[in-house]
Amino acid sequence: MAHDHDHHHDHPDHADGSSLTPIEARVRALESLLLEKGYVQADALDALVEMYETRIGPHNGARVVARAWTDPAYRDRLLADGTPAIAELGIGGRGGEHMVVVENTADSHNLVVCTLCSCYPWPVLGLPPVWYKAPPYRARAVLDPRGVLAEFGLTLPEATRITVWDSTAETRFMVLPLRPAGTESLTEAELAALVTRDCMIGTGLPLAPETAQ
Amino acid sequence: MNGAQDLGGAHGFGTVMPEANEPVFHAEWERRVFALALAVGYTGTWTLDGSRAARESLPPAEYLSSSYYEIWLAALEAQVVAHGLATQEEIAAGASAGPASPVKRVLRAEEIPPRFSAGFPSDRPPDAPALYAVRDPVLTRNDHPIGHTRLPRYVRGRRGVIERVHGAFVLPDASAQGREAPPQWLYTVGFEATELWGASADPGGRVTVAAFEGYLLPGAAS
Repeated sequence: MAHDHDHHHDHPDHADGSSLTPIEARVRALESLLLEKGYVQADALDALVEMYETRIGPHNGARVVARAWTDPAYRDRLLADGTPAIAELGIGGRGGEHMVVVENTADSHNLVVCTLCSCYPWPVLGLPPVWYKAPPYRARAVLDPRGVLAEFGLTLPEATRITVWDSTAETRFMVLPLRPAGTESLTEAELAALVTRDCMIGTGLPLAPETAQ
Repeated sequence: MNGAQDLGGAHGFGTVMPEANEPVFHAEWERRVFALALAVGYTGTWTLDGSRAARESLPPAEYLSSSYYEIWLAALEAQVVAHGLATQEEIAAGASAGPASPVKRVLRAEEIPPRFSAGFPSDRPPDAPALYAVRDPVLTRNDHPIGHTRLPRYVRGRRGVIERVHGAFVLPDASAQGREAPPQWLYTVGFEATELWGASADPGGRVTVAAFEGYLLPGAAS
């Protein structure tokens, strides 16, 4: 099967394929071969990219957090068994089959890492950022979490106990951050807008309401 | 395996460099590698654990000097050849020189929403009761298997406590090799940071890992 999509949005001058970088040429060769062999289908490849690039991302996790902040019974279900509680909001699937949600409190903070690869809760956070997959974070999050948090501009009180969750199996972790002060009058949707990707990994805190407005 | 992927506690990699407003992909070829890895994985020719094993089997210098999707690409090429889906020559040529191998299934676009939103759970019915319960002290085994395993080096031979019992799961050590094995109970095991890193560790700090029952031994209460 010929694969005639133009996959060179980053190099529009090279649409004839004559000036591909080595890695572009290598990937194109592999894709062409696997399509020709019939192991993959072009429209399925495009649909996978579209799904993870545009539809699955931290806005999903933000909805979960906002619901937990506004509905104590939901929060309890979420902390007791993450996967079905998240599924109540229509969220779930590959990379989030076994969700564990861990709650920050006034004197405890949680941080998520995968030291061995890049395990990350895809349905709620999308695909992980480069820094999450790169050696500096994977090496030091377990050894020096305070130092890592400082590199994100987050300095916690010395009395705050930090627990680091190393994602070494198919269990996937999401942090339920503390609800920011001064948000009593906000709607669930307004609260979700305060919930950042990083605060659900533990490398940040939710936005303050004045920052988001 | 004690490969370059086992990074917990390593020094010298520098500071974390978050990228503001980071895109999901940084180049078109990354999109293609991502989708290819998922779609070929869906054929059932190997397991997700097999893919992890292929990535961490790259020579350490190559692993550490490659970007994330370069690692995925190299591992995917290696798996395609190792499992007989294509030859190295075909990959180099980007064209088929012979018939395709039969595969269990081929991912169709319309299957993606239902299959990927249902997910691919790894828990299985247990065939034995759990050996440990919450609050039990455990000692992690100090084993260094040559094959794929999911107990990082920095928690081997350490004393911890069972914090959660998750159920029985597919054992990655076997699944990576395409080998059938009984499911194993999976636990969250918590460690004091001082147990892992010594007296200079963050006071009050804790680290947890998800550990399979076979990685654990009963520990003396401290």
